[in-house]
Amino acid sequence: MICVVDLHKSFGPKKVLQGVNLGLKHGETLVIIGQSGCGKSVLLKHMIGLLKPDKGKILVDGVDITNLRNDELHKITRRFGMLFQGSALFDSMTVGQNVSFGLERYTDFSQEEIKELVKDSLAKVGLIGIENLMPYELSGGMKKRVGLARAIAYRPDIILYDEPSTGIDPIRADAINDLVIRMKEELKVATIIITHDMVSAYKVADRIGMLYAGQIIEMGSPEEIKNSDNQVVQQFIHGRAEGPIKNW
Amino acid sequence: MLTWSFNLLNHKMFSRARSPVFYFNSFLQQVGEVGLLFFQTFKNLFKKPWEKSIFIQQLEEIGVRSLPVVSLTAAFGGLVFGLQTYLGFHRYIGPGSETYGGPIISLGLSKELIPILVGLMVSGRVGSAMAAEIGTMKITEQIDALFSLGADPTRYLVVPRTLASLIMLPCLTIYGDIIGMAAGFFYNTYLMGVNRVLYIRNTLLYMELWDIMSGLIKSAVFGVIIALIGCWQGLRTEGGAEGVGRATTRTVVIASILILIVNFFLSKALPADI
Repeated sequence: MICVVDLHKSFGPKKVLQGVNLGLKHGETLVIIGQSGCGKSVLLKHMIGLLKPDKGKILVDGVDITNLRNDELHKITRRFGMLFQGSALFDSMTVGQNVSFGLERYTDFSQEEIKELVKDSLAKVGLIGIENLMPYELSGGMKKRVGLARAIAYRPDIILYDEPSTGIDPIRADAINDLVIRMKEELKVATIIITHDMVSAYKVADRIGMLYAGQIIEMGSPEEIKNSDNQVVQQFIHGRAEGPIKNW
Repeated sequence: MLTWSFNLLNHKMFSRARSPVFYFNSFLQQVGEVGLLFFQTFKNLFKKPWEKSIFIQQLEEIGVRSLPVVSLTAAFGGLVFGLQTYLGFHRYIGPGSETYGGPIISLGLSKELIPILVGLMVSGRVGSAMAAEIGTMKITEQIDALFSLGADPTRYLVVPRTLASLIMLPCLTIYGDIIGMAAGFFYNTYLMGVNRVLYIRNTLLYMELWDIMSGLIKSAVFGVIIALIGCWQGLRTEGGAEGVGRATTRTVVIASILILIVNFFLSKALPADI
């Protein structure tokens, strides 16, 4: 479904991605783990065309999206829904307007149909009757859920989550994990999650890949990752300060 | 301790010092960025979907909400211009010649003072707000979210603001012209006792429509400058709240300087009369 081939990206002298290769299958949940600042979000932003790579390809069902014009790119990225790290709700709009934003651009539905879909998307993430609230009236967990409702409103095939459990308490984080699983089951979507929260990763992942030094150094099922021989992976998943990872 | 502090100071000072070539390259890069944004804005001007609601909201923000500040600056600009013109005629040409102040005041206000005052006021009030709003959207990933939801940030954010600014600056200038001229008239005729009929007759006799039109052309150009600089600074904001503060300050400084420079070249380029 998505195939990342030899992806390189630098910002000035800093080489962030140095030949990332990975693939995502239909209906699969892939979790990318790695230290803060290792380039996980940069990788995700390449997948929806927000960043252009210095080298390499991103194939979505065989189409390379790296050199497409914005109009052509949007035809492909409408298949993606993305939940941003800080939710990224439009703070000048109500919750309802936030959720309907993609529907109004990506679909030809009437206003009545859009209203119904907004209500349905909010209900799917457990929020009812908050269409007229402004984002500043919501808690952190509610913002995440509204962000997710916005991402699923136009029924994408692939959902990208950028650190969905960051900045919320463990109970709400677990509720978000349940939502991720429910979205996958109900909407039959493929999912990519960027996180450094191992509890979430083990709970939701079909496969886990670890990004380190600009490359995917390990890829496997949660069990395979737990039993990996790679000392870098072991240091990270056990959260140890001592080990081969020094640049923290 | 003192040596250590001095070394640290030296290190900080010289590590930040850059060569003139660096500054020149950086300047060229920034000119290129603004040029590219202008080109993209122009290209997107004719593409659908048009963001009508944002455009109307910006018309109100730039135009209607700027009326109080334009009223005040135009009124006091007109009063002080009336005062100096009266003094000039009275002192150097003699009593009775003050009625010729009317066309001078009207010409100076409509061609130079009001377009510049409106430009500077709007760059301080609206340009900085554009930079702050778009800059906050940038650092909170709202612009990335726009893109991911199929909205081109240039088409969605820059085009409606530029178009609204292009339309509203000339409207504010006409309004400022009327207020400024009325203030000049009020000072000369009501406060200083200049003959009203002669003041109006001389103004109508020597004033030309082109004098007002050239001021409107200037203000339309200033409108584009303010919106483009505000949006450009907003879109390149980095580094949290501090970055937003820097973007707003830069917008006001760059837009104000550009308005004064461009005003000179437009005054030279536009014919004195047609």
